[in-house]
Amino acid sequence: MSATEEKEQAVSGQAEQGKEGGEQAAGRAEIKPTSTLSRAKLLKFLVLPLLVFGAGFVVNLFIGWVIFPRLLYSEKDQPIDFSHKIHVEAVEEGCESCHFFGEDGTFSGVPGAEKCAECHEERIGIHPEEAKLVEEYILPGKEIPWHIYARQPNCVYFSHAAHIKMAKLECVTCHGPVGESIHVKRYQQNRITGYSRDIWGWRISGIKTNSWDRMKMDDCADCHKKSGARNDCFVCHK
Amino acid sequence: MKLDRRTFVQFSLGSAAGITLSPLPWKLTDDIAIWTQNWSWVPVPERGEVSSVNSVCNLCPGGCGITVRKVGDRCTKIEGRHGYPVNNGSICILGESGLQLLYGPWRIPSPLRRAGKRGEGIWEKISWEDAITQVVQKLRALRQKGESHKVACISGPNSGTVSQLFARFLKAYGSPNFVQMASGRDTEELAMGLMHGTASPVAYDLEHASFILSFGSGLIEGWGSPVRVIKAHSIWRTRNLKERATVVQIEPRLSRTAAKADNWYPVRPGTEAALALGLAHVIVKESLYEHRFIDNYTFGFEDWTDSSGGNHIGFKRLVLTKYAPEAVSQVTGLPPRKIIDLARKFAKAKRPLATWGRGKGSRQGSLYECMAVHALNALVGNINREGGICPQPEVSTRTWPEVEQDEIARSGFGMPRLDGAGTDRYLHVKYLPERLPQAINEQQAGAVQALLVHEANPYYTMLDSTAVAEAFERIPFVVSFSTYLDETAQHADIILPNHHCLERWEDFHTPIGLQKPILALLRPVVPPQFDTRHAGDVIINIAKRLGGSVAKAFPWKDYETLLKWTMGDKWNTLEKRGFVQEANYKPPAWEEAFKTSSGKFEFYVKALERQGASQPQDIRCLPHYKTVEPEGDHANYPLTLIPAESIRLANGAIGNPPFCTKALPDTVLKGNDLFVEINPKTASNYGLSEGDSIILETPKARAKVLVHLFEGIMPEVIAIPSGLGHTAYDEFLAHKGVNANKLMGVVEDPVSGLSATWGARARIIKV
Repeated sequence: MSATEEKEQAVSGQAEQGKEGGEQAAGRAEIKPTSTLSRAKLLKFLVLPLLVFGAGFVVNLFIGWVIFPRLLYSEKDQPIDFSHKIHVEAVEEGCESCHFFGEDGTFSGVPGAEKCAECHEERIGIHPEEAKLVEEYILPGKEIPWHIYARQPNCVYFSHAAHIKMAKLECVTCHGPVGESIHVKRYQQNRITGYSRDIWGWRISGIKTNSWDRMKMDDCADCHKKSGARNDCFVCHK
Repeated sequence: MKLDRRTFVQFSLGSAAGITLSPLPWKLTDDIAIWTQNWSWVPVPERGEVSSVNSVCNLCPGGCGITVRKVGDRCTKIEGRHGYPVNNGSICILGESGLQLLYGPWRIPSPLRRAGKRGEGIWEKISWEDAITQVVQKLRALRQKGESHKVACISGPNSGTVSQLFARFLKAYGSPNFVQMASGRDTEELAMGLMHGTASPVAYDLEHASFILSFGSGLIEGWGSPVRVIKAHSIWRTRNLKERATVVQIEPRLSRTAAKADNWYPVRPGTEAALALGLAHVIVKESLYEHRFIDNYTFGFEDWTDSSGGNHIGFKRLVLTKYAPEAVSQVTGLPPRKIIDLARKFAKAKRPLATWGRGKGSRQGSLYECMAVHALNALVGNINREGGICPQPEVSTRTWPEVEQDEIARSGFGMPRLDGAGTDRYLHVKYLPERLPQAINEQQAGAVQALLVHEANPYYTMLDSTAVAEAFERIPFVVSFSTYLDETAQHADIILPNHHCLERWEDFHTPIGLQKPILALLRPVVPPQFDTRHAGDVIINIAKRLGGSVAKAFPWKDYETLLKWTMGDKWNTLEKRGFVQEANYKPPAWEEAFKTSSGKFEFYVKALERQGASQPQDIRCLPHYKTVEPEGDHANYPLTLIPAESIRLANGAIGNPPFCTKALPDTVLKGNDLFVEINPKTASNYGLSEGDSIILETPKARAKVLVHLFEGIMPEVIAIPSGLGHTAYDEFLAHKGVNANKLMGVVEDPVSGLSATWGARARIIKV
């Protein structure tokens, strides 16, 4: 064997050894990654996906919680910025001065302009909203086109008399402390259903903390159940 | 970072999670659900003042009080009237559907004149003036020719003033041919008239009965005053175990009533009278009857001798000799043991009560069968007692002045009636509606020149529809006063549409079967929706236009004036409260109860002595069993067809409204196909299985129907739902199923002449 041949053999022997060594190294990497490899892969397989996932997640949370409600509801101004507080202080019989029961059990939930005219036949104060009332509605004899917050759907039969006179419920239980408000709140209308936002409640989550936060069927049914009132379909859906 | 598939999926997953945890999908789902309820094309009554009006429902003889809820001028709901003595707040499915009749497409919008062939449905709108003139001209011409008796009038079976107005009109005009449509009360009135001496329907004190033996009465399927009976049924069922009433149903078919009964005894159809007499046999034999009543207040229980010394047998001997359980068992198919057992239970019950009238009780039926059931009630002494029966009382109203007839009217009115009622052959009845078509067809053409039809739909409800159609063909001039475009209106020449019952004033007398007299008032709940007029006003108008003595018989300005006059001192209460009830009414005690010739309850009905001599006299006068054989021989028609009635299927003059039709199970009606019930045993003989198509044939007609296998029907018997197969009305009712009346012929009761039909012989052919 010449020296060259030996060298060649040696090289190939080394190469063979190197091959073996390389295989051994690769086998070890599968079991225990080197620190350089794990960082790159962590980034590729965990952090980046999480970031992309998180981006989608956050964007859609934002859409669902913030943008959606704004798109869902249209906002309308009430014709007059009415102050319950001022009126409650001014009248003698509290709420019932304007929200009273008729002899046949009908309830003056939204008193007509006629009722306002009992005091405001002409201006009695200096408030610009009062001027609007007198000039735009009372003098021309027009009804005030209030947007009604608590308007229930057509399929619901609701009697104030049954709830207030018979079940002795307080107004606040369903309507909240409206009597203390200085301004009328914004009226928001659901673009899909046409219902007032007060029915679903102002929290888009639908979670309620007060009894007056929501006016859906389940809220009626819960109270009926708790108070032992009938919960048959025909009680409300006549 | 590049946007590849992987990133896209990651972002989407994040989005999905984000959206899921936001209110958006949940709120949107809710909103969309609500949105679907508020489509602009879904009819919603306009906003308006909510009010309610009390009135009475006259869609059936039940006469329930109703409260109609209105929004503005629109009726939105009919509810049972609270505190009303008949139904106290409850209502049936037909009454509840009343608004579909008011606003539905089958209302007749204005007077119509036929423009095409009869029944073709081509109409020309005419004015009221024009319509009434045409009727008046026709009637005047007939009268001048001396043919006033050739005018006939068919009215509904109720006893109110409008029906009486038509009767009065015919009397003043000069025709004897006023007929009221058939109903179960015809036979009841006859039986009560003969046995009690008071010709009234039977009033049942159901609420206080403790053992109800129902001879096929559909107690929860529309029998009697339906809501009242269903309420009584729930009283029987909800009392505590000790006081709970027992209900026994005798019927060849497991109806809903039978299914809810304590015991169900299927007997061969048409043999109910035999069973009643078999029960009487056991009660008499074992001396379980009420001795105080039988011994003191009845006639013809024991054998008796007349003034000329002739011996007559009594009810006791008749039942003891002829109706032993074994013999009755042969006829009815019920084992003797069960007959004896049932008789003992019935007689020993505290307040037993036997009810008569198959299904809804709207068919006339056999007189002797009614008498046999009635005799059972008498045996246990529950006549005019709590939990028993009494003649149905009425609130009295003012009587109209006698009609002063002129010469033409006198001679016309004196002519024999076409249906033969009141003649020697049919001595005891006022009307024989089911005989009328046959009588018209038997006579030479032109026996009836004009026919007025009010609150009735004979073209559909009369038996043997083919004969009815033929009779209509023979009448050249038919005037219908119908509110709806029913079959009769469809085959009329002129229609003078009446107001709907929610648009008019009318009186309603004691609902069928009630033991306290009530007089109630229908009032206009809404103004007329179409160009219609009150039939009462129209007939008064026609009379006035005819002039002379006919006009004089109607001294009232209009119907409302007449109604107020007739109600007299009760009007104010009626107008204010809606009804007058004699809540304290008590039927007279046994001493004064019976107005028969003997002054007692008659088992042996002397009034029947004069009736035709086809049977021995004694048998003729006593309740007995005689088969009412439907047409056709057994060899050719081996099966028996019976009608099946349901509260969800109106089968009278009023067509079934869509709400009710929708409530029918698809074992009754599937699309336009009608099912008949057949026992699986019978079906297997014919190789039939569920849903198979068959031709059902009776001697009267044939029809294609589907098979519904039902273990609850006796073998060899087929039940056909009654109330479908209309050809008129609208797409929601017309051409759905088969008219059961078409398949059944009239079987005349041998004594009364009323229709005793309970079914028909039939055969089936598989197709």
